[in-house]
Amino acid sequence: MDNNMKKRWISLYVENQVGVLSKISGLFSGKSYNLDSLTVGTTEDPTVSRMTIATVSDDETFEQIKKQLNRMVEVIKVIDFTDIFVRMKEILYVKVLKCTPEDKVEVFQIAETFKAKVIDYGRDSVLVEFVQTATKNDAVVKLMKEEFRTIEVVRGGSVGIESISMMER
Amino acid sequence: MRQITGNKLLVRALKEEGVDTIFGYPGACTIDISDELYKQNDIRVILPRHEQALVHEADAYARTTGKVGVCLVTSGPGATNLVTGLATANYDSVPLVCFTGQVARHLIGNDAFQEVDIVGITRSITKYGVTVRRREDLGRIIKEAFYIARTGRPGPVLIDLPKDVMGELGSAEYPENVNIRGYKPNTSVHMGQLKRALKMLKKAKRPLFLAGGGVNIARANAVFTEVVDKTKVPVVTTIMGRGAVPTTHPLFIGNLGMHGAYAANMAVSECDLLFSIGTRFNDRITGKLHAFAPKAQIVHIDIDTASISRNIHVDVPIVADALEAVTKMNEYVEPCETEKWMKQIEAWKEEHPLTMKNRAQMGPKDIIDEMNRQFDDAIIVADVGQHQMFVAQYAEITEKKQMIMSGGLGTMGYGFPGAIGAQLGNPDKKVIAVSGDGGMQMNIQEFATAVLEELPLILCVFNNEYLGMVRQWQKLFYGKRYGMTNLRSGALYRRTNGEEMPEYTPDFVRLAESYGAKGIRVTKKEEIAAAFEEAKKNEKTPTLIEFIIDPEELVYPMVKPDGTLEEMIIEC
Repeated sequence: MDNNMKKRWISLYVENQVGVLSKISGLFSGKSYNLDSLTVGTTEDPTVSRMTIATVSDDETFEQIKKQLNRMVEVIKVIDFTDIFVRMKEILYVKVLKCTPEDKVEVFQIAETFKAKVIDYGRDSVLVEFVQTATKNDAVVKLMKEEFRTIEVVRGGSVGIESISMMER
Repeated sequence: MRQITGNKLLVRALKEEGVDTIFGYPGACTIDISDELYKQNDIRVILPRHEQALVHEADAYARTTGKVGVCLVTSGPGATNLVTGLATANYDSVPLVCFTGQVARHLIGNDAFQEVDIVGITRSITKYGVTVRRREDLGRIIKEAFYIARTGRPGPVLIDLPKDVMGELGSAEYPENVNIRGYKPNTSVHMGQLKRALKMLKKAKRPLFLAGGGVNIARANAVFTEVVDKTKVPVVTTIMGRGAVPTTHPLFIGNLGMHGAYAANMAVSECDLLFSIGTRFNDRITGKLHAFAPKAQIVHIDIDTASISRNIHVDVPIVADALEAVTKMNEYVEPCETEKWMKQIEAWKEEHPLTMKNRAQMGPKDIIDEMNRQFDDAIIVADVGQHQMFVAQYAEITEKKQMIMSGGLGTMGYGFPGAIGAQLGNPDKKVIAVSGDGGMQMNIQEFATAVLEELPLILCVFNNEYLGMVRQWQKLFYGKRYGMTNLRSGALYRRTNGEEMPEYTPDFVRLAESYGAKGIRVTKKEEIAAAFEEAKKNEKTPTLIEFIIDPEELVYPMVKPDGTLEEMIIEC
């Protein structure tokens, strides 16, 4: 079943109720679907939450995932983000610890290159905030892990919305 | 405005929903509901002896009446005992609404006495589940629960009721309408797709209908039979679909699948159009997937989009209720040329007819044949195992008959409580349970319920002293190493080398009698007819008929696990 294994995205409107997140994530674990990342937050309507889900799957499994999500009572709408124009970003915090002065210079250079923000600074540590695609964040984490002795990473998971002007993802 | 407690509103809601019978077992968290039910006479309350049996009874009640089955159990163990029954109902698409007691809101999460997260535990085996957190939501939630349970692909819904919410005063109103934004079941048929499918049916040289449990659930049998009569297209059914056309119908070939008839499995393998309705192509019917209906284009009608193109690739998918779809089909179908194809099928039937060796000893088929002779207006409830397959193969299911069983989950212990639920819902029908000696002992405490409710069930126990289906696999594929399947094994047997064994373990006849039921033991062919006659005369209590049968009787044909449908073991 390796035909067309690739990363795909779904945007999901769900009832903002206790247990819904657990039901959605339980579907993925219970049916052995890959769940790459899942973010959730309320929308302009406080009774509705919106999720952005990333999964690595083949065509058939992905079709089944969408159908299974659709049949859940708490799911209001399923939008397949895979082949439409969307804006999608992920927040990433990287804290570089035990920095030498040279390290700090390099952190600033990396931040500048990636259009990231240095948002906090200590005697031997720097905190950088990246807001970019998850793929770019992957690259940043890999790079910074190689460059510095001790780093601390926290990622938010991708959030996405359909673009207005049909620009690139 | 008048205010009433949640407990009172619940009882009112049940009446509004037309509930006439509920299956309940009391406890600390639901005692106030028991009290409200005690004060009224419109709803009959059945008290089973175990919550697992309770949910099976509600399930069979629903399957045989078309109504929603209703359960009421307490928190903690009362709720967890529902789990197997919920999964059973979920797998076979049975509409249930189960109310579970819950500790008061301020105690939730405290590991309080008899507290469990039952909504969390049952999330993957219910269609919907919710804890009522606010008194003002209670009426709406119950209304939605009944709607969700019975519409679309039916299924079990669980409502968890914290004790303090139920004691709180609130509106006495029960809503009339339902509007759930995320749940809009399909109620129409895509005519373009259906016509395309019918065109393919007309053009096909070797067309075949495959009817699943969906046809029975939608009660589409009669219309479907008309369609079959008009088109002259032969029919195979899944076990759950048996009875979609009367099994005596000349175009009915048999069940397909692991223990399907030879001709039915051959027909699936050779057909060029498989027109399937209300089945999910479970692994027990398809065998090896790549070799399933290899020469056929496949049409699939199902109410559940997620069942379509899941296990097998479908050429024409149609999302629709079986009754809606079949009714529309009935308007448009034309006769098909199937004479030559039928000749081929008849030849397969002759080559390997579905039968068992006729021996001097009493065999399962003798019992079921007699059942067919004596009962034409009946509900047959099978448990799970070899006897279930024998029933599925040989029981004639004609217009006035219905067969139910735990098809998807394969729950041992379903048969006896299932018969109780069926009889409670159908007092004028003869209800016959068929069970093995293993499954019978999984819910045997229900004799008390059956006797006290004066249910004239007939319980057939096929006793071979073994867990026969597993033993069959051990005999065929595990070198006759009968590990864990001998129901008479144990220290006593080992110590005395089998020489000091009690005659029966248990003595089913005396056990039935101890509850006030009737018990009959049958060991010879010649006694079968008389035993059924005697059971029929016993109109106020259940009759258990124990048939002593040979463990060497196996279910044939058999598709090897992971084999293809064409490679059947016909007989050893």
